[in-house]
Amino acid sequence: MLPAHDSPFGVEMVNLLGAFILLVAFAMLASRRTLSLIRLFAFQGFFLSMSIFLVAFLSGESNLYYSAFFTLVLKVILLPWILRDLSQRLKIGGDIETLVNVPVTMIIGIGVVVFSFSLAEPILKAASTVTRSLIGVGLACVLLSFLVMITRKKAMTQIIGFLSMENGLLFSATNATYGMPMVVELAIALDVLIGAIIFGIFFFQIRETFESLDLKYFEKLKEDEE
Amino acid sequence: MFFLLDRHKRYDCVLVQGLSWMIFSFSPLDLSLLAISFWFVLAILSLFLSRIHGFHLCRMFLPGTAGSILLTMSGFLGLDGSPQAKTIPLGLPGLPFHLRQDALSSFFLLIIGFVSLGISIFSSGYFKDDHHGKEIGFLLFQYHLFLISMTLVLLSSDSYLFLLSWESMAMTSYFLVVSDHEKDVVRQAGFLYLLLAHIGTLALFLSFGILSSGGGLQDFSGYAFEQMEKGQHSSLALTMAFFLAFFGFGAKAGILPLHIWLPEAHPVAPSPISALLSGVMLKVAIYGMVRVWFDLIGIHFLSWKWGMVVLAVGLFTALFGILFALTQNDLKRLLAYSSIDNIGIIVMGLGLSIIFFGTGHPVPGALGLIAALYHSLNHAVFKGLLFLGAGSILHASGETNLNRMGGLIRSMPQTAILYLVAILSISAIPPLNGFVSEWLTFQTALSVPLLETGGIRSMVALSAAGLALVSALTAMCFVKVYGIGFLGVPRTAPMPKRHESTIPERLGMLWLASGCLLLGCLPTIVVRYLETITISLTGGGLGKNANGAGWLWLVPQSARRASYSPIVFLAVIVVTTLLTFLVIRILFRRKTRTSASWNCGYPARTSRMQDTADSFSQPIRHFFSPVYKMTRHLPLPTDEKPIFFVEIDDQSWFLFYRPIQKIVEKMSALAGKLQTGKISVYLTYSFLTLLFLLFLVKSP
Amino acid sequence: MTQTSTVPHQWIADLLFKGLGELFQTASVIFFAPIFLGWVNLCRSCLQSRRPAGILQPYRDLLKLLRKEVVLATGASPLFRITPYIVFGSMGLAAALVPAVTTDLPFGPAADAIALVGIFSLARIFMALSAMDIGTPFGDMGARREMMIAFLAEPATMMVLFTASLISRSTSLSTIAETLGGRHFTLYPSLVFATTSFFLIILAENSRLPIDNPSTHLELTMIHEAMLLEYSGRHLALMEWGSSIKLLLYFSILISFFLPWGISHESSFGGLLSGFAFLVLKLFILGTLLAILESTLAKLRLFRAPEFLAAAYLLAVIAFLSHFILEV
Repeated sequence: MLPAHDSPFGVEMVNLLGAFILLVAFAMLASRRTLSLIRLFAFQGFFLSMSIFLVAFLSGESNLYYSAFFTLVLKVILLPWILRDLSQRLKIGGDIETLVNVPVTMIIGIGVVVFSFSLAEPILKAASTVTRSLIGVGLACVLLSFLVMITRKKAMTQIIGFLSMENGLLFSATNATYGMPMVVELAIALDVLIGAIIFGIFFFQIRETFESLDLKYFEKLKEDEE
Repeated sequence: MFFLLDRHKRYDCVLVQGLSWMIFSFSPLDLSLLAISFWFVLAILSLFLSRIHGFHLCRMFLPGTAGSILLTMSGFLGLDGSPQAKTIPLGLPGLPFHLRQDALSSFFLLIIGFVSLGISIFSSGYFKDDHHGKEIGFLLFQYHLFLISMTLVLLSSDSYLFLLSWESMAMTSYFLVVSDHEKDVVRQAGFLYLLLAHIGTLALFLSFGILSSGGGLQDFSGYAFEQMEKGQHSSLALTMAFFLAFFGFGAKAGILPLHIWLPEAHPVAPSPISALLSGVMLKVAIYGMVRVWFDLIGIHFLSWKWGMVVLAVGLFTALFGILFALTQNDLKRLLAYSSIDNIGIIVMGLGLSIIFFGTGHPVPGALGLIAALYHSLNHAVFKGLLFLGAGSILHASGETNLNRMGGLIRSMPQTAILYLVAILSISAIPPLNGFVSEWLTFQTALSVPLLETGGIRSMVALSAAGLALVSALTAMCFVKVYGIGFLGVPRTAPMPKRHESTIPERLGMLWLASGCLLLGCLPTIVVRYLETITISLTGGGLGKNANGAGWLWLVPQSARRASYSPIVFLAVIVVTTLLTFLVIRILFRRKTRTSASWNCGYPARTSRMQDTADSFSQPIRHFFSPVYKMTRHLPLPTDEKPIFFVEIDDQSWFLFYRPIQKIVEKMSALAGKLQTGKISVYLTYSFLTLLFLLFLVKSP
Repeated sequence: MTQTSTVPHQWIADLLFKGLGELFQTASVIFFAPIFLGWVNLCRSCLQSRRPAGILQPYRDLLKLLRKEVVLATGASPLFRITPYIVFGSMGLAAALVPAVTTDLPFGPAADAIALVGIFSLARIFMALSAMDIGTPFGDMGARREMMIAFLAEPATMMVLFTASLISRSTSLSTIAETLGGRHFTLYPSLVFATTSFFLIILAENSRLPIDNPSTHLELTMIHEAMLLEYSGRHLALMEWGSSIKLLLYFSILISFFLPWGISHESSFGGLLSGFAFLVLKLFILGTLLAILESTLAKLRLFRAPEFLAAAYLLAVIAFLSHFILEV
């Protein structure tokens, strides 16, 4: 274990990175194009890995350095690359998403943030980490990603929402208890990677069946009521 | 000559002494009662005078102003003085009427007096004898009875007199609303109003019932407010009393979703009556809330959870009101929705106050209460002015529909100036009065770091954000009103004959407009008087740091925290504007030339090319589309006579009232089965009920 | 005895000196506002490989307009004629309130952050009304669009200022600038959000690029220019000058709240001078940034403008909320 550093500037920096992660989550909620969504996802991964790195430095938990490194490789480089490649092959990169109504979604998003902040308050008192005030931000990110999944119609954007939800979880875990056990984290990382590849294959299958990636065609899959 | 001067002087002295004797020998309560009796005599007299042919009955509004002046003086004196009480052995035997005038009721008496003065002057030029025929006598009768009952609501100090005058206020205002009762719409609106008024009164009955039961007294004396204050209640009983009062007074004030009568009743009532309803009667409902919550329940029992509910309801009411006001094209309907918005802002102030009192922060609590009371006064003044102006427009151009107005500034320039004051006030533009109260509300909300838990903090912070949005939307709404109504060119092709409003009308509006300016420029004085109210209600004011900087600077908490000086503000802006004007005019003196306007190269311009009220609010309809239930008709390019038509429906009808209606219908269908038409069966019902009640009484 | 006689003297001298400081700031904001606009335009020309018109071009334009005769549209009401003076006067008042060079402003206590928003609102309402006065479709269109932008930009501005006021526990502009400038360097996430939001607001409120293009009179997309369409001569000059002051003031607010280092805290001669130098330096950088931003952005569709502003508003609200969560 490395020595812990007690620097207010470091804590502020982590707070700031947390704020950026939240900001990116909101930007994802507002963005209309698949490609920009992927770019935002990469940004979120970058901020996440930076913040894990800083927490590792501040707390002296050497495990977190690995975690930060995995996040950087997986979520900033590998996954966005796979997703971009997929969207180019599927020719959906420039697609303009039809959304519910951006401002309404954003207002719901604000409500979600308030809710998660007030929800995190009791946990905040129980936690002992230096960065515990960020638990609410992590929770908010998870819920906002959920919103991203709800308001999108395309399968591609739903998987991005799902991945960013995992970002939020990792962020909460890091700040609440200095990360999950390494084994769990590695397993999740592997899961996500394999998930992304499987989804890739799945997309092709969906498109071959319905000639579209719009999820409204899934509605045909249910049995007729007659 | 000298002799004459001298005599004049002596005469003045006698007059001044006489007046001061009159004022100081009467207590404020006496003055209020004097005003009431004066109005009562006037009301009876006008009924008799209406039988005399050729008598200018409309002038009878003018002597009514004497009552208003008396009431204003009484309110003003009562704000500073100690509370006075009287018991009048009227009413039922053993249940005398209790009258009491303290700082709180004095303040609302001041509102009634001040605003009704302007409205009465206006009315004397507004109503025409030939037009309304004999009914003007009846109108005068109801008008003054309405004023009397509002005054009595404020003066009453027991639930019996309170509810009696509350009901009489509802009835007289109902008759005033249905002045044009030949029309079907008017009767429907009146019925809706009466219905909601009675549901509200029912809730008030229950609320007072709970509060009066706490004294442990065997006789009926718990009905007096004095006993209610002393009463001991469980927290459940207090919660019920609190929310029943919120519901009951809210039905009158027009909080969501009990607001539906407002946009129906205001457009059909004559404009001065709308001004009185919206400016004054809604404030009486606010008075009721303050009285029950802060006095009868008492600040020590207020829970911040109630405050959260009140704040949320206030915020939604304000947002709803302004969003619907923006999409209206009927001026008076628009103003009615804007009243809902302002009531929402006042209720938000009360909610903030309850939150701060409930969490043990009396200074921001007092500030919130002051903000709410200040906004009540301000809204009474500028909304009264706006409704009176709408009446003048109606008489001058025969229109209340904004889509057919336009260019009124050219036919009624003086009214246009007075109206400009009103729209700047309501849009919360410094240094006019609407700004001060919103500023105080913001200052209250910005005391949020004092609160401990995150949930309350976020809610208060969100309410500040919502209030900022509401005030910006209000500005847009009233730019629309003024821009469409007064500016541009007339939108109707055969231009009706337009004229400036009559002199009494303009005088009445001038009174209220100067009120807007004075209340905006002298906030320190108003706040100092309002502080006496919070001291008398809650025992605490704004603390020693407040108002330490003298009369020129409004300092609600401390000079470092925030300060505002409308007089300096006004002086600087006037000086810079004049200086610019002078410098520019001295240095550059090229003459002006008039020419046709630039139409971007299009050959002809018609008045139809201007924005209508509907097109001005199109961005709002688009942006907030989930809020509205819209039915519209868009013309095709091939239409011979293109008609654009859009109608915005209130969602609360469909979300709230239709389900209730269905439930009531089902219940009545069930109840219908009980009705057989045989008398003996009905008697059996009565008999069984009697037996059941006797059983209840017997069981311990 | 000597004390009683010198103290009021001192007080008056002090006030006089402070008043001079205030006057210096107000005058410099008013008179140097066109230079800032000139600088932004110059940068834009360079970036678009055009030959720049020179940094003093806005002054030449203003002088030309001031000298020209005023052509009033037929049927213009007095409101139309007084609006330029009111707009300019309120901008002058705002220039006296925003702590751009110094925070030691004797007029400062007269109006705080909320009242400042009120001043801008006053100018905007009069501008919109004057646009609707003649009854041309373009004026109405401009007024409608301006109000459409304002109804989100104004509460967003308010929330940004509130966020800054939460940190300093005061809504007084000078106190905010002093507290934020006097603290040792700390990173506030809420201020980061607020700054981002305020930058979006600056673009929208001053009709800069993604919302409105200041250099075009293309009738279907214009907002600000549509409102000024009927103005000419000295009236137009005052309106244009007023909007250049507004642009400078918005940047001054940005600087004094979010980059407050170097601003003078007392009215000494050296303090004023160094404050002025810092202001010029920061404006220089921000102006270049604005020009770069404007050259790289495409104009948004008008229907997207409310979404852009809704994002700014919500960012400001998040800034306000995140102060409680992350900083206290």
